[in-house]
Amino acid sequence: MEPLTRIQREARPESMLINMGPSHPAMHGTLRIMLELDAEKILNAECEIGYLHRGFEKTCENKTYFNLLIYTDRLNYVSPLINNLGYVMTVEKMMGVTAPERAQLIRVLMSELSRVSDHLTCLAAMAMENGAFTVFLYMMKAREFIWDVIEFTTGARMTTSYIRIGGVRADLHPDWRGSLATAVRETRKVLKDVSGLLDKNSIFLGRTRGVGVMSKEDALSYGWTGPCLRSTGIPYDVRKAHPYLVYDRLQFEVPVGECGDNYDRYSVRMREMEQSLRLLEQVAALIPDAAPLGGGPAIEPAEALARSRLQRADERVRLSPNLEGSEKERLPGLTAPDPLVGVPAKEDTYTTMEGLISHFLFFMSGKGIRPPKGDVYFSVEGGNGEVGFYIVSDGTDKPYRLHLRAPCFHIVSALEQLIKGRFVADVIPTFGSMNMIGGELDR
Amino acid sequence: MSGLSFLTTRLETALGWGRKFSLFHYPFITACCGMEYMSAACAHFDIDRFGAGLTRFSPRQADLLLVVGTVPHKLGPVLRTVYDQMLEPKWVIAFGACAVSGGIYQNYAVVQGIDRIVPVDIYIPGCPPRPEMVLDGLLKLQDKIQHQKQDWRWARKS
Repeated sequence: MEPLTRIQREARPESMLINMGPSHPAMHGTLRIMLELDAEKILNAECEIGYLHRGFEKTCENKTYFNLLIYTDRLNYVSPLINNLGYVMTVEKMMGVTAPERAQLIRVLMSELSRVSDHLTCLAAMAMENGAFTVFLYMMKAREFIWDVIEFTTGARMTTSYIRIGGVRADLHPDWRGSLATAVRETRKVLKDVSGLLDKNSIFLGRTRGVGVMSKEDALSYGWTGPCLRSTGIPYDVRKAHPYLVYDRLQFEVPVGECGDNYDRYSVRMREMEQSLRLLEQVAALIPDAAPLGGGPAIEPAEALARSRLQRADERVRLSPNLEGSEKERLPGLTAPDPLVGVPAKEDTYTTMEGLISHFLFFMSGKGIRPPKGDVYFSVEGGNGEVGFYIVSDGTDKPYRLHLRAPCFHIVSALEQLIKGRFVADVIPTFGSMNMIGGELDR
Repeated sequence: MSGLSFLTTRLETALGWGRKFSLFHYPFITACCGMEYMSAACAHFDIDRFGAGLTRFSPRQADLLLVVGTVPHKLGPVLRTVYDQMLEPKWVIAFGACAVSGGIYQNYAVVQGIDRIVPVDIYIPGCPPRPEMVLDGLLKLQDKIQHQKQDWRWARKS
């Protein structure tokens, strides 16, 4: 027999215990809430997490710094690029590497796209759980346009692993401006439609206004960050408080709420998306068009390989398949020039001895990226709040310990307090507005 | 006898045709693949074109179980309970690399493929699979349902 949980021990004998989740449409898959009910009223609640515990932190201890990047994609899987960024910038801080200007701009572009997609998904799910299915369909439509931009450049829709230590994987797709303009235009349209549908909708207001109210003090003591903290009226944003990349050169506002209820969390997210779209336009204007690749004759890889057996081949190699924009000529603007940080260009690997050796050394176990001994913490503003990575390095190519400061862990820990004394129906909008992401919460 | 087998074959075809276009699915969403499931289910890719648009959030009303995402050991019993609650005939799709084989999570926490817990009809690989892939998997399942032999009670020996 399983041991009794806290709520089972404390429950009054006459009240009803009911189980929400872990397989419940509004629990986003992976949270279990046990409720002690007096009719519809919640007397006591207990959240059980860990249903999506995938051993992220332990797995990372057995992976090299380069290889564990793919696991960071799958933490907050709605905005994978921001998680990439958080991890990558932590390692860069450790190694004292700075990404080139163009890579930094691309990183900001990708983070803001991810932020919009994160907020869109959160609000879509929240609205759908409150019965507004149209909003769900509209917002998913907008998300497709955002993901089109991401896919154009990175080659993948979600789990991109695009932001690499030292820079980014490849240059932007030649047609990125067009797709970005479409995405921004369509998202604006959707946001306008959605606020028309929800802002003054009495059903929506009834379920969100004054429900799940969080005070400033409680929010701070729980460790809330991100849109949820800002909804209580505290304008804390990592992008403003500790600017990274080029955020200090960009103009944007930090929207705050008034009373920290569900409606404020919704409206802060809506306004934040507008700011992100604004940022996208600013960054797009800042990124210069890529210099056209040097023309002239190019030889096939097989021919280059054959020639390099006899003498050093200096001709341009036509590499295909290759992620668009990852050609050797483009790389200097996209990754730091340190050969111990980034993968060398494929053209070099295949045709020159030095390139082959550095490629070999980069991937050989015990070599590769080896930050100096010590520990480091760095955080970026993710979709849910402060995504922080704490890495302890022992000087080898694998982290000794890696800890993720997941924003939604702190946010969901306040859920019990917020729903206590409310009705069962209030669990859904309160939980929906928190944007619980299993991969990040349980890791 | 030959007349009976002709009749049952026709009946099976009709039954298969009816079943394959009225799949009520239960999305058992746990992780990342849920985002691609949402994309596939929404207007852009529109799973409804293939007759599987109606999402049922009760396993007792569903006949297609979509296991979308990683299933850690803690979630294993839940998945089995959900499967057991579904009524026959029922089908299972393993959606994404984690559900197929544990994917990149080869560690102490994750079930190495949901076929250790429930029988699986269609495996859709990918981390996560693109919506087009999901639709392809669905079509494959429909094909399977169409050609499925029924276990007629009157045709059973002894």
